[in-house]
Amino acid sequence: MKHLILGNGPTGVVAAETLRGVTSADEIVMVGSEPEPPYSRMAIPYLLEGNIDERGTYLRKTDSHFGDLSIRQKQGRARALDTAQRRVTFEDGSVETYDRLLIATGSHPVRPPIPGVDLPQVQTCWTLEDARAIASLASPGSRVLQLGAGFIGCIIMEALAKRGVELTVVEMGDRMVPRMMTPKAGGMIKRWVEEQGIRVVTGAGVQRIDPAGANSAGGIGGMIKSVVQSVTGNKPADSAALTVTLSTGDKLECDLVIVAAGVAPNVDFLAGTAIEVNKGVVVNLAMETGVDGVYAAGDVTEAPDLLTGENIVSAIQPNAADQGRIAALGMAGRKVELPGVLPINVLDTLGLISVSFGQWWGEKPEDDGSGVELADEGLWRYLSLQFKGDVLIGATAIGRTDQVGVLRGLIQNRTSLGRWKKVLMDNPTRFVDAYIATSQPVSIAS
Amino acid sequence: MLKSLHLDPLKCTGCLQCEMACSYEKTGVVNPAKSRIKIFNFEAEGRKVPYTCTQCAEAWCMAACPVEAIKLDKGTGAKVVLEDTCVGCKVCTIACPFGTVNYMADVGKVQKCDLCGGDPACAKACPTGAITYIDADWTGLDKMRAWAEKANAAAL
Ligand SMILES: Cc1cc2nc3c(=O)[nH]c(=O)nc-3n(C[C@H](O)[C@H](O)[C@H](O)COP(=O)(O)OP(=O)(O)OC[C@H]3O[C@@H](n4cnc5c(N)ncnc54)[C@H](O)[C@@H]3O)c2cc1C
Repeated sequence: MKHLILGNGPTGVVAAETLRGVTSADEIVMVGSEPEPPYSRMAIPYLLEGNIDERGTYLRKTDSHFGDLSIRQKQGRARALDTAQRRVTFEDGSVETYDRLLIATGSHPVRPPIPGVDLPQVQTCWTLEDARAIASLASPGSRVLQLGAGFIGCIIMEALAKRGVELTVVEMGDRMVPRMMTPKAGGMIKRWVEEQGIRVVTGAGVQRIDPAGANSAGGIGGMIKSVVQSVTGNKPADSAALTVTLSTGDKLECDLVIVAAGVAPNVDFLAGTAIEVNKGVVVNLAMETGVDGVYAAGDVTEAPDLLTGENIVSAIQPNAADQGRIAALGMAGRKVELPGVLPINVLDTLGLISVSFGQWWGEKPEDDGSGVELADEGLWRYLSLQFKGDVLIGATAIGRTDQVGVLRGLIQNRTSLGRWKKVLMDNPTRFVDAYIATSQPVSIAS
Repeated sequence: MLKSLHLDPLKCTGCLQCEMACSYEKTGVVNPAKSRIKIFNFEAEGRKVPYTCTQCAEAWCMAACPVEAIKLDKGTGAKVVLEDTCVGCKVCTIACPFGTVNYMADVGKVQKCDLCGGDPACAKACPTGAITYIDADWTGLDKMRAWAEKANAAAL
């Protein structure tokens, strides 16, 4: 049996290791399209902060790790998949056959169609290569504009601030992390970040990016001049590289623009196959694509949500690990299912720590939804719990880190809270007590 | 044979010796706020519940870690945080459905029970036998793990 894994991010790595754990003789090939050993994108902010070096981002720290497990590594980018012949062709013309295939190719950042978005000082923050470019452009005092204050944007923000840049964040939504935080929590994060000296512009977009010095129409001459300047490094120290025009009409001078405006799955090579792709590769809870022998997991997929049952893309590290494991067990003939995809996030915005779990926005009252929100904006504390009946379905918290994992436990176990529901509606901060009381045996010995 | 922490709420009097011993063992100062084992006190029922990591087989924390900063101690079965490698991303604190990995803002790292390398300070400090360190195949452990399995079964 030969297992071919496309992608060597956390999903691919967890899948390969899980496979090896349950099959000793099967052949395992893991393919990555980037030159570095398997690494973690989510460690990039810590690299930019100077907290770790590139090696610190590697998913496994011993050089012989994959060899020791007889996991063959290959570098290449899949170009085409033939599901009838069970083979993948790579961009360099090489071919790998498979018995079981895992698509774990992740996603890539999207550059919105803004004039000037392809200028050299406009970067995404996704790969180690991106990180090197950002590190060279974001030096203390440089003016950086970040487009997007979603989850990834907010994570990068902290690293940039620690590099000592002058940072402006522009977000289309009405608050920070609009798809992860309640309005009040997102507003608190915005206020906190502003107090730390970051300029935040919400409800606005970037209209165009022009090389500085070009007239506002952004003539081609100006663009060429700027490229030449950036290549030769030949520009006065105080002159910015770019002029950014916001939808509000404001114009900002800056040295670097970082685009964090969403991602799209890496699925080009699936064109022409029967594999269904929507916002991601569509899979069931066993991570099966519906095409025989082909599985998908991690950022590249969309799978049914634990609570709503609707397909969602969940581009987070814990999901990568969970789905990678489920897919691998299925590939090894031990089919198991995820209970459903549960979005969980933790964010540290310059020292203010926030978390969100599940259906944090709650459920309609007519569908048995109820919730409680407690805020102490002066102390930077916030907690929202959302229920359906007496079961917790979502939560948002700021300034609370102790035992927050139990929020996942309560939601995932669909724990019936019974009388604890009322206790929590009266005092949501007792959620850990509620968890212990409903999960721990009265006595082990009894 | 692997040993395991056995927690018996009925025998717990809430004296907090375990929390003091744990914090002292791990930080050098007696400070229950830094303890990796916690006693929950349900006053209305007069019930005390000692609670810490069960070193579960799924090891959600270890699987979710992006930088291999949580490793299995093969000698004890404990999942151990390597503080030098931890970048403080906190993903393990939300991935663990038991809430037993916690972030320490003062050092910027996470912490969890590591069974003190096979000689847990909490068990030694417990005066009532509510916390014992015993063979993992003792049948009572099945009961202790039953609730943990509920969560694990859901995902595996
Ligand atoms: C800056 C940043 C910060 C983040 N912070 C967090 C965080 O705090 N918490 C969190 O939960 N998540 C975070 N994430 C998200 C997290 O990194 C992803 O969810 C995770 O990397 C997904 O893993 P994956 O293996 O599915 O995809 P990836 O990690 O993207 O890996 C996909 C792999 O597939 C390869 N590949 C792509 N196309 C092909 C092809 N055609 N052929 C062969 N190989 C291919 C790529 O080279 C890559 O190695 C962050 C991401 C970024 C960029």
